[in-house]
Amino acid sequence: MGQSLFHKVWDAHAVRTLPSGQTQLFIGLHLVHEVTSPQAFDMLRERGLTIAYPERTFATVDHIVPTSDVVRPFADEMAEDMMIAIEENAQQFGLSFFGLDDERQGIVHVIGPELGLTQPGMTIACGDSHTSTHGAYGAIAFGIGTSQVRDVLATQCLAMDPLKVRRIEVSGTLGDGVYAKDVILNIIRNLGVKGGTGYAYEYAGSAIEAMDMEARMSVCNMSIEGGARAGYVNPDQTTYDYLRGRPYAPSGAAFDRAVSWWRSMASDADADYDDVYHLDGSALEPTVTWGITPGQALFVTEKVPALTDLPDDERDVAAEAYDYMDLKPGTAISGMPIDVAFVGSCTNSRISDLREAARVVEGYKVADGVKALVVPGSKSVLKTAEAEGLHHVFEDAGFEWRGAGCSMCLAMNPDKLQGREVCASSSNRNFKGRQGSPTGRTLLMSPAMVAAAAVAGEVIDVRGM
Amino acid sequence: MNSSVIQEVEGRAIPVRGNDIDTDRIIPARYLRAITFDGLGEHAFEDDRKSNPDHPFDDSRYQGASILIANGNFGCGSSREHAPQALMRWGIVAIVGESFAEIFLGNCTAMGVPCLTASTGEIAKIQDAAEADPQRKMTVDLKEKKLIFGDIEVDLQIAEGNRLQLIEGAWDATGMLIEGRNAVREIADKLPYVTGF
Ligand code: SF4
Repeated sequence: MGQSLFHKVWDAHAVRTLPSGQTQLFIGLHLVHEVTSPQAFDMLRERGLTIAYPERTFATVDHIVPTSDVVRPFADEMAEDMMIAIEENAQQFGLSFFGLDDERQGIVHVIGPELGLTQPGMTIACGDSHTSTHGAYGAIAFGIGTSQVRDVLATQCLAMDPLKVRRIEVSGTLGDGVYAKDVILNIIRNLGVKGGTGYAYEYAGSAIEAMDMEARMSVCNMSIEGGARAGYVNPDQTTYDYLRGRPYAPSGAAFDRAVSWWRSMASDADADYDDVYHLDGSALEPTVTWGITPGQALFVTEKVPALTDLPDDERDVAAEAYDYMDLKPGTAISGMPIDVAFVGSCTNSRISDLREAARVVEGYKVADGVKALVVPGSKSVLKTAEAEGLHHVFEDAGFEWRGAGCSMCLAMNPDKLQGREVCASSSNRNFKGRQGSPTGRTLLMSPAMVAAAAVAGEVIDVRGM
Repeated sequence: MNSSVIQEVEGRAIPVRGNDIDTDRIIPARYLRAITFDGLGEHAFEDDRKSNPDHPFDDSRYQGASILIANGNFGCGSSREHAPQALMRWGIVAIVGESFAEIFLGNCTAMGVPCLTASTGEIAKIQDAAEADPQRKMTVDLKEKKLIFGDIEVDLQIAEGNRLQLIEGAWDATGMLIEGRNAVREIADKLPYVTGF
């Protein structure tokens, strides 16, 4: 019986079994951002510890960065304190740091792959749950908390239990107007927001293989929304082609040697899985969330489900969602008015996302009364988009064109919903209060669907535009 | 005995009902704008408390309680350790629920806050009993994996690795991981991306 990539990577990085029975796992790449790290650096100082492998940690700033006015000091004093903390910590501990004035700055999960830091066969950790994104490259990538950030800084290791592996095969070909975002929203809808607990998800099948790297990242990004701590796609030619020539990727003859190692780390054809799940990609339609968990999703052509349509253990949360979203069961989601349209976040802020959104809005205007913004995931995405003139397309349509960062995905910077506003969002979480207003409402969808909603002023099927 | 050893927790219970209670609800993102975890306790569940005046965290009967009784998928969402830190700083020392999101559970363990599970029916029984008698203390026994509350006795589940970390006082992994440093170097030297292909 062959092995899955998960087990091969795990075994290659397993240092020893700890007295607790857990595995001491070596972490190949550690990414750091300003929100979950300052306390970890303080813990190191308190304990008089140093960083074991400083060359394997890279830091950037994304969550608190203002996307319209980045003049220092920031108007928000607490944000300024956090900025100073990461600048000083990176300097004191000798870490590579892509700060605000660095061309490489951006959302941590966008820049890792962009720079070629993220590579197949690696273990990756970051104090951020969407670290699963990096699995698109055939890495095993875990989101961790601050105490574990401390552990990785001090030892380059984590104490972990292995995960089970569920292979998710998405067959067929995605239809027009159907994207990676729709694939992952339907996986979460079908398997549930806690269906992945204890698992790593291996995404495979023709629909996944046909995706470019950016689309695969959108899928892996939301693994955590389905309860799976890690998600990955086996590396293939698409992966190698993407990595060739990236600043931190191996080059020359080393690149070819790397490719043969990367190939060897992919799942064997006869690998054993703890579970297998099939999804027909051809049957999917553009998908929108209607509730307060990412699993509360439906095709744009469907109606909000009645309690009786749902399994017992989902009914309480559904009732809470009707109330919070002010939606009645049986209402069509298409036609739901929106106030804000947000294209951005580590799920969907890469150049292909921006191109798709721009294609939809070109020649149209944002509906009256809708505030629409596009926030590229990194400075590099921003630069590419501007070189292609996408910023003009967005601005002509009435979108605000912003600087790189997390922005309204979690609203730790000045970009926030107000009151009960409804936001069509390309981000990953529709939790209560997620976008900065304790009563704000979020509808998750693909960037093309967000663009369509911005123009229509309501949720609309992008295939009809 | 090592002061980190956690074999038994005794305290009053506070039931927080509902599935899929995410970390944004446990601590809204605006309180992440800080460089320490200080003061997070008073903001635990802040937005839920504002929209629900009967929230248990504001209920006088539960002040001083230390064992949180939760339902399914508690702590889903972000990796922010601010969430368990807020609960711990409010006074929570152990959590018993139907199920936990993994990163949240890992964070709690790394802070020495045990998370244990029981079935839906048993959790409902514990929540009902705690609401009926909020002053009464319960015991969570990690050695025997049991919760004892008056005449209710429930078997609890916890991953064995986490249980051992807690009962042996080894939940703060840093020291243990540092001890393996020579073995770490050996593994690193075998990884082609570390040595440069
Ligand atoms: S874009 Fe959103 S989900 Fe992604 S890292 Fe930033 S805050 Fe987290």
